[in-house]
Amino acid sequence: MTTHKTPARPSIRERWNSLSRPAQWGILIPLVVLIYFLPWLNPPLLATTGTDFPTAMFDVARYALVAVGLNVVVGQAGLLDLGYVGFFAVGAYVAALFTSPSSSLSKLPYIWTLPLAMAITMIFGVILGTPTLRLRGDYLAIVTLGFGEIIRLIADNVGPLRGQSGFEAVGSDAAGKPFLANAGLWYVLTVTVIIAVLLLVGNLERSRVGRAWVAIREDEDAAEIMGVATYKFKIWAFVIGAAIGGLSGALYAGKLGFVNNQSFDVVTSMLFLAAVVLGGAGNKVGVLLGAVVVAYLPLRFVQIAEYNYLIFGIALIVLMIFRPQGLLGARQRLLARGRQAYQRLLGKGEQISGDSALAAEPTPGGKA
Amino acid sequence: MTQPHDGAQPVEGGLVAEVEQMTEEQRAEHFAEVAEVVAPDRDIAVDVGQTLLRLQDVTVRFGGLVALDSVSFGIRRGEILGLIGPNGAGKTTCFNAMTGVYRPSSGQVLLEDKPLGKANRHVITQRGIARTFQNIRLFGEMTALENVVVGADARHKTSVLGALLRLPRHHREERQAVDRAMALLEFVGIADRAAEKAKNLPYGYQRRLEIARALATEPKLLCLDEPAAGFNPAEKEELMGLIRTIRDDGYTVLLIEHDMKLVMGVTDRIVVLEFGKKIAEGLPAEIRENPAVIAAYLGVPDDDVA
Repeated sequence: MTTHKTPARPSIRERWNSLSRPAQWGILIPLVVLIYFLPWLNPPLLATTGTDFPTAMFDVARYALVAVGLNVVVGQAGLLDLGYVGFFAVGAYVAALFTSPSSSLSKLPYIWTLPLAMAITMIFGVILGTPTLRLRGDYLAIVTLGFGEIIRLIADNVGPLRGQSGFEAVGSDAAGKPFLANAGLWYVLTVTVIIAVLLLVGNLERSRVGRAWVAIREDEDAAEIMGVATYKFKIWAFVIGAAIGGLSGALYAGKLGFVNNQSFDVVTSMLFLAAVVLGGAGNKVGVLLGAVVVAYLPLRFVQIAEYNYLIFGIALIVLMIFRPQGLLGARQRLLARGRQAYQRLLGKGEQISGDSALAAEPTPGGKA
Repeated sequence: MTQPHDGAQPVEGGLVAEVEQMTEEQRAEHFAEVAEVVAPDRDIAVDVGQTLLRLQDVTVRFGGLVALDSVSFGIRRGEILGLIGPNGAGKTTCFNAMTGVYRPSSGQVLLEDKPLGKANRHVITQRGIARTFQNIRLFGEMTALENVVVGADARHKTSVLGALLRLPRHHREERQAVDRAMALLEFVGIADRAAEKAKNLPYGYQRRLEIARALATEPKLLCLDEPAAGFNPAEKEELMGLIRTIRDDGYTVLLIEHDMKLVMGVTDRIVVLEFGKKIAEGLPAEIRENPAVIAAYLGVPDDDVA
């Protein structure tokens, strides 16, 4: 979303951190306004050929929202979730079931299905998380992969979910009028949702919840011995990630107006994960950037769209060799008053010393 | 966001630089204030000498291997108890049984006369046992300050919803946690590197940071697992001073250490393990003279053998 360039050196981030709050707002607000108006500006270099530009931008925004949600699970708490598309699918189906005329359920106004989709995916998050979050690492990844497949197979095989024939006129009201008139408006709605989600997730990050997540990611045993209720906070990470995924799914269903079993396969899960890993797990700006890359490039360069996965595969391998932490390395602020605290203590803002790959001084005897 | 600092003093060089410019008196006063924040609930004065933690016939088995064989001893409030023994004697296993990492195969651990039983590890921490690790286990990607605040979080009650909506309790706890964490960093002497990622800190700083993080959980009992490993004599001397200060501030300390000089110099009592069994318990002077300990640990002098 944001057009931050990949920092060649950490100096860009340092410079950003050294700016005063008003100065940061002075840059952010025009940037956000620019992002909001992108579909109508249709800038010549960015314009997509195959898809109309507002639709392409909506797709990018949808991926960005998914990436922010998945980042809570993978980036913050360090729980490798390969079945995230399952939550996305649940959200989409909730929107479809409660708004499409093809569904036998009673109808709700589309806007109500957004919180409902979040609530229901949260329940799915608890159902998946409770038994599986006792597992770690690879085992957890395999089980979540299975979850994604289960959701897809349910969509394939359970009668009322209508398999491939799917649901039409999702998000339309009784008169058959779609919820929003054009893709540009859907884009605006999604960007607004992303900003709200970013603010809320940011609040969590700068609290004991965010610290618990990062502690779990860094060293789960040590975290527990330091008094972190690891199991509880892992479930929360799953549930919050699920809610954001479900919300994105419901938006997708509403915009497209059609939901069937075809868009929730494992490959989509991998693309979501690729966005997070590519951008930099644990870095909110990073995963937004990753989502833009993963969603936008295939739409912009349709000539190479066939080789999509090949290119992503190679790009990821190259990235993992040269910059394993992603385009922007993990960096989170974990204190609500960190800025003031560091300033009071050291007379200067938080210094970002030696980011992972760029660390100048190795830890002497570190893990001996 | 409010502007940094509440205006009492200008933020020229920050607190660290300020302390450096203080006179002796000012500095003493400042550190008294720091100590006040570090140990707010000092209940040591009332019941020094009461047993705080007791191991009752604790046995830990790994398959056929008996790592701890019905070990019993007590730790008294306000003392520094040394736990020593040759390599593989079961010192760290003993630690792990106390902090819930392992469950005793038989026997039990009692904290303030209440058994720890099957309590989860984080619950044990909340009940008042904190520890450091023999091989440093900090949260590397967090700053030193954030590491300590994670320890302080053990006492926090902010819910996920409270954090999401930034309710008043969240603000109060955040403010208190940061103040306390900064005081603790100063207390262990690493405040000047508070903003650095833990993994980038020098080794000695990492060891001290582990102590600060454990203290942040407001423990009744602080367990230090070889805190001086890899230190040179001067650093060890400093660490001994720090451990004494911690005790004087109202904490009870259990210390595993290889360095005999450090153990003898700093502890009030010593428990000696060998092959998972307790072979001696007593004052440092007694332990030094105990033939079983000398044979097992300090080595038998050559002329005695002959």
